[in-house]
Amino acid sequence: MSAGGLNLTLHVWRQSGPNKAGKIVDYPATNISPEMSFLEMLDTVNEGLITSGQEPIAFDHDCREGICGSCGVMINGAAHGPMKQTTACQLHMRTFNNGDEIWIEPWRAQAFPVIKDLVVDRGAFDRIIQAGGFISAPTGSPQDANSLPISKLDADEAMDAAACIGCGACVAACPNASASLFTAAKITHLGHLPQGQPERYRRALKMVTQMDLESFGGCTLFGECQEACPKGISIDTIVQMNRDYIVAAANEREEKAEMGAG
Amino acid sequence: MGRLGKFWDSSVGKKIVMGATGVILVGFLIIHMAGNLQLFLGAERFNAYSKLLKHDIIELTWIVRLTLLVSVVFHAVAAYQLTMRNKAARPEPYAKRVPQVSTYASQTMRYGGVYLLLFIVYHIGHFTTGTFHPAYSEVGTFGNVMVGFSTWPIVLFYLGAMGFLSLHLYHGIWAAFRTLGLARPSGDPLKRQIALVLAIVVAGGFSLVPLAVKLGLVH
Repeated sequence: MSAGGLNLTLHVWRQSGPNKAGKIVDYPATNISPEMSFLEMLDTVNEGLITSGQEPIAFDHDCREGICGSCGVMINGAAHGPMKQTTACQLHMRTFNNGDEIWIEPWRAQAFPVIKDLVVDRGAFDRIIQAGGFISAPTGSPQDANSLPISKLDADEAMDAAACIGCGACVAACPNASASLFTAAKITHLGHLPQGQPERYRRALKMVTQMDLESFGGCTLFGECQEACPKGISIDTIVQMNRDYIVAAANEREEKAEMGAG
Repeated sequence: MGRLGKFWDSSVGKKIVMGATGVILVGFLIIHMAGNLQLFLGAERFNAYSKLLKHDIIELTWIVRLTLLVSVVFHAVAAYQLTMRNKAARPEPYAKRVPQVSTYASQTMRYGGVYLLLFIVYHIGHFTTGTFHPAYSEVGTFGNVMVGFSTWPIVLFYLGAMGFLSLHLYHGIWAAFRTLGLARPSGDPLKRQIALVLAIVVAGGFSLVPLAVKLGLVH
C-alpha cells in the first residue's frame, strides 16, 4: 500500500441480532487507500476482523454503483456521509483525512428495525409501495410510442421523482423519521404521468395511510431529507403529495369492491 | 370512522389542519399589528379604535375571537399530537447526528410555540380582560398600554414572545404553503423571502409598541 494510506478510528454500531442490545465499538482502520470506496474500507476492516477470528461488521450493499439503494448508513451524523447526492458506496475515502474519527450507525427509525449491526429492515417501504405505488395496466400489444403525449414539464418532474432508489436516507436524516419524501416521490412520479391518473388520488390516500401505519413520523419541512437524498429528490414532491392528499380526501368515495383496477 | 376523522388521524391531514389554522392566525396577526400601530397617532385615535372593536362592531369581534380560539386549539392540539408521533418514530437516538440544513427557526417551533401559547393567555389577561393588569380601565385602552408597558420585565416578556413569533413565522409561513400544497416547484425550495419579510414586518411592528412606550416615545 502506498504511503498515502489513511489511518482512521471507526466508531461502529454493533448489534448481534434483532431486538438485541447494541453498542458503539471502536475499530482502527489502518493504511486505507484514499481510492477506496467507503464500503471497500469496511470490507478491508472486515477482512482484518475475520482474520483475527471476530465477527465482521454486517452492512447492506449490492450494486456498489449508486443505483440499487441497498447501502446506506449514517456516517458522522449524515445519511450516506458528507458528500451531497452520493450513496455510501460511491463515497470515497479521499473525502476523509488521516487521523479522522468516523461514526457509523444504522438508519434509526421505529419503522426500520435493526436486523444486525448496520443492516435495517426496510420492508415498511415495500408495504407503502404495495398500498398504491403502482399502476394497474391491462397488458396487450405494445402501443405506438407517441400515442400518449406527455408534456416535457410533467415528464421532467416524473423522472426526477422516479430517481428514488428507496434507500431510506430521507427517513434516516429526518428529525421525525418521516417517510414523506419517499412516499411523495412515488406519488409524484406516477401522478405526473397519464398512466398514473386513474389511480392518482386513491394512491395518495392509500400510500399516506400505509406510511402512518408503519409508525413513521410526520413532516415538519426541516428539509433534511432533500439534503440527504442521494438522488437529489426535492421536497417539492411533498407539496405534490399534500395537494393530491387534499383533493383525494375531499373526493373520497366508498369502495364497492376490494379487487380491481382504477 | 368518518372522512373528517380519518383526515384528522392522518399525519398529513393533521399537518394540513396546522397549516390552515396557521394561515388564519397569520392573517389576524397582520391586522392586529397594523391596528396596534395606531398608538402612534395619539390617545384619542387609539381609544376610538378600541371602542370600535369593543363596542361598535362587538358582534364581529366575537366571531373573530371564536374563530381564533378554535384555530389556536386545533393548531396546538395537532402540534402536540404530531410531536408525540414524531418522538415515537425514533425511539433509539443516533450517537451522532448532524443537522445539515435545519434552521434555528425550524428547530424552535415547538418550544417557541409553547412560549407563544403562554404569551397569548397572559396577553389576553393583560389587555383584554385586565386580569393581570394593575390599573385596567374598560374605556382607557391607551392608558392601559402606557401602564402595561411601564416595567421592563413585562416589556422583555413581550419582546421575547415577538422573537419567537418571528422565528415561528419564518418557518411556519413558508411551511404552510407547502403543507397546503400551494407552493410551486422551485429550483431552491428552501428559499423563503415572503416568510422572511412577513416575519420581520409582523414581529417588528408588534415590538415597536412596547419598546416605544417603555422608552418614552409615546405620549
